[in-house]
Formats: sequence, C-alpha cells, structure tokens
Amino acid sequence: MTVKQYKEVLAKPLLEENPITLQILGICSALAVTSNLSVTLVMCVALTSVVSFSNLFISIIRNYIPSSVRIIVQMTIIASLVIVVDELLKAYDYETSKKLSVFVGLIITNCIVMGRAEAFAMKEKPFISFLDGLGNGLGYSIILIAVAVVRELFGAGTLMGYEILPLVSNGGWYPANNLLLLPPSSFILIGLMIWGIRAYKTDQIEPNEYKLSKHATAPDLSKRELNV
Amino acid sequence: MNDSVLKTLTVSFLVCLFCSLVVSYAAVSLRDMQNLNKLNDQRIKILKTAAIYNPDVSIESQFSRLTPKFVDFSTGDLLDEYGEYDLNTYDPVYFSKQPEHSTPIPASKDIAIVKNQENIGKIYLLKDSSSNLEKIILPIRGYGLWGTLFGYIAIDKDLNTIKGLEFYAHKETPGLGAEVDNPKWKSLWDGKSIYKNGEVEIEVIKGKVDPSNQMASYQVDGLSGATLTSRGVTNMLVYWFGESGYKETLKNINYDS
Repeated sequence: MTVKQYKEVLAKPLLEENPITLQILGICSALAVTSNLSVTLVMCVALTSVVSFSNLFISIIRNYIPSSVRIIVQMTIIASLVIVVDELLKAYDYETSKKLSVFVGLIITNCIVMGRAEAFAMKEKPFISFLDGLGNGLGYSIILIAVAVVRELFGAGTLMGYEILPLVSNGGWYPANNLLLLPPSSFILIGLMIWGIRAYKTDQIEPNEYKLSKHATAPDLSKRELNV
Repeated sequence: MNDSVLKTLTVSFLVCLFCSLVVSYAAVSLRDMQNLNKLNDQRIKILKTAAIYNPDVSIESQFSRLTPKFVDFSTGDLLDEYGEYDLNTYDPVYFSKQPEHSTPIPASKDIAIVKNQENIGKIYLLKDSSSNLEKIILPIRGYGLWGTLFGYIAIDKDLNTIKGLEFYAHKETPGLGAEVDNPKWKSLWDGKSIYKNGEVEIEVIKGKVDPSNQMASYQVDGLSGATLTSRGVTNMLVYWFGESGYKETLKNINYDS
C-alpha cells in the first residue's frame, strides 16, 4: 500500500463516491438531525467515529469471522460501538444527546456503517479500512453539514444558535421559511445536491434501466373492441 | 476452516464476550456523570419553573436559593425532617413506588392516573432577600396520551396565581402532545388562576381562550391535535391542587404567613 492509495481511499468518498449522493445511503438521519447545525455536528462526529472504528475492528478479525454468521458479528461490533458513543454523549453532552434522542441509537441501522463493513473491511487490511471508514464518515458529514447550514440559516435565521438573519417575528427583516425546518426539505436539498454533483461529474449519471421506444405504427381504431 | 461449528461458536462467543465487556465498562464508568447530568437537568427545570434560571451561574449556587420542604399529604403540614431521609436527595417519585412509603389511590379519585401517591412529598420555596415567601414550586405528574408527564408548577405568594409550568419528562407525540415543551404555550400559563371559591377551576380548553369570557383567567389554550394530552394536563392540575394533593398544604402556608 502506498501513500497515494491511502489518500485515494480517504478522498474518494468525499465527492466522487459520496455515500449519500452517489450510494444514497444514510438518508434517514440526513433528514432527521439536520434542522440545527450544532446537533448535526455532534451526529457527524458520532457516525464518523463509529464507521471508522467498526471498519478497523472488523478488519482486524476479518480472517476469523465465519461467513455464516458474519453479518451478526459485524452488527455486534457496530452496536457495541454505538452504545459506547451514546453513553459518552449522555455523560459529556447531555443537552445534545437529548436532542438527538433515538438517532444516535439508529446509527446501528445506518446503511453506511454496515455497507462499508461488508464491502470494504471484510476484504482489506485494518489501517486502510480505518481510513475508508473515516473517508466515508467525512463524506456523510460534508453533505449533512451543507444541508444543516441551509436549513438552519434560512429556516430559523441562525447558525449554531447565533442570530445571522434577524427574523420578522423578533423585529428583524427576514421572514423565516418554515418548510426548511421540516424533514422533507432535506429531500429537496439533497436532491438538488445530487443534481449539481452529477452535472459536474457526468460519469455518476446512471443509464436508464428501460428505454422508451417510439410507436412504429399508428393505432388501428377499427380493430378495437367496443364495450358499450 | 472458518465455517466449522466449533469455530463459529468460538468466534461468536469471543466477540460477544469482548463487546459486552466494553459496553458494561462504558456504562458503569460513566454512570455517575450521567446521573449528575440528569439531576442537573431536573434542577434546571425547577429553576426555569421559578423563572430564576441563569445559564452563566453554576446550578449548585442558583439551586441554593430554593428551600426544599417535606409535605405530609395526610395533614398538609410542611416538615423539615422525615425519618432518616435527607431533604436534598429525597426523590418523591422514587418513594411513590415503595409500598411502605406510598398509598394506592382509589380509582374513583385517581383522575390523573397517578396510581400510587407518596405519603411524603417535597416542594420548594423561593424566598426573597428579606426571607419573605416569593414563589412555591410544586412537583406534579399525571398521565397524558402515551405515558406519565412529570413536571413542576410555580405559584405566586398569593397561592392562587400560576407563575410557570415545565415538564422534565414525558412520552407525548413530537409535534403534537410534545408541544407541552413549546415556550410559547408555556408562557400562556403565567398569571392564570387556579382556585375559584375553593374549587380548582384551571383548565386547558379546546381551541383558543376568549379574553372577554369571565373564566378566561382560569383557561389556557388547548394544544391543537393533542386533545388527550391537554385533558391529561387539566386532570393533573385538578388532582394535585385538590384534596389529595397540595390544597391543605397551601392553606397551611397561608395561615403561617
């Protein structure tokens, strides 16, 4: 393994193979925890550490995992890491852990973690698996932070709780866009991002599964049965 | 030969053992800190109910402004001592679950579905600099839609005017019943009255309060989409300010002052 390969594993998931915009994984938490930037940052740190360390530990024992129970072994490791992260949050950042409520626990079911463990860590050496996890965690974080900045800034006029755009309801000039505070707005934002990235990186565009063909002949109405 | 039965069992066992050790170590070593956070969170709610919370000052020192007192629900007396229990750490909710320290509430009286009421409660008195009574903070609880709501209510020295209401734990639906945490809704409670001619009249009504109604000062806007939670809050207040709750206590405080 050369340094170049390490760099590639770390940098590719940021834009080119982003877990959210290319693989469309981890959408659930991208919708749920992005209405407030400070909560989003904690979620990003939590997910990045879980996916990096689960990749590391799974890769260390990859040659000993029997293939018949490999998914459940991966899940056990991921679940333990998530519980540890949840306990740490409850001890050191109680306010944020209350706001994140179930979503820290739901990292267990985040497809990015499972996907990287199964697709990468089961085949590669520990250090590069760790970097792959880190890269994917950061790729997830970039998208989440971007969504959260737009949602909090234009939805509530604040960033990290500090007022940027004074709201009309507080005597300012900015009328808040309440749609942005609702989870469906992340769908719209992530959709726009996927559009933007694929316009720039055209190789990400998937071919249509079915092609529409033109009708060769005009329909013959005289052959149609009348059900009158 | 990774797939032999023995190997599968061994690997599964070792992974489980190791993971359970890590998880239990994390849970046990962080428990004290988590409990402290929970306690502080509850204390912040009490301070917020009393409207004296200042995030820049340590919770410990702000909390020392409040004087805790035991309440004997059977007589309504305020006590400074109860058995060997410490006034500062006494948890009425915990004692309501101990059969020797609580009384089951007969179903006909249990409008708030509290089920078991502790014999001895705990309230907080807020006094001003010349140690005159300013506010009283009373713990309340009762069933909403999905579970019990736990909260505090602050009343003024006239023993009839609500000064604040906060819930520190509930399981209501986010966006509907969970709007009990909405600051706008909570601010509606400030200045409402509880008793009229000795009866509890305070009520969360359906829809908006008509200010021209003569009962308007006893009514609070309902939470839209959360009729059952709103009813639960009303029932809770009727119960805790009624005969089995703080009614006698408030009378006693009135005689004292």
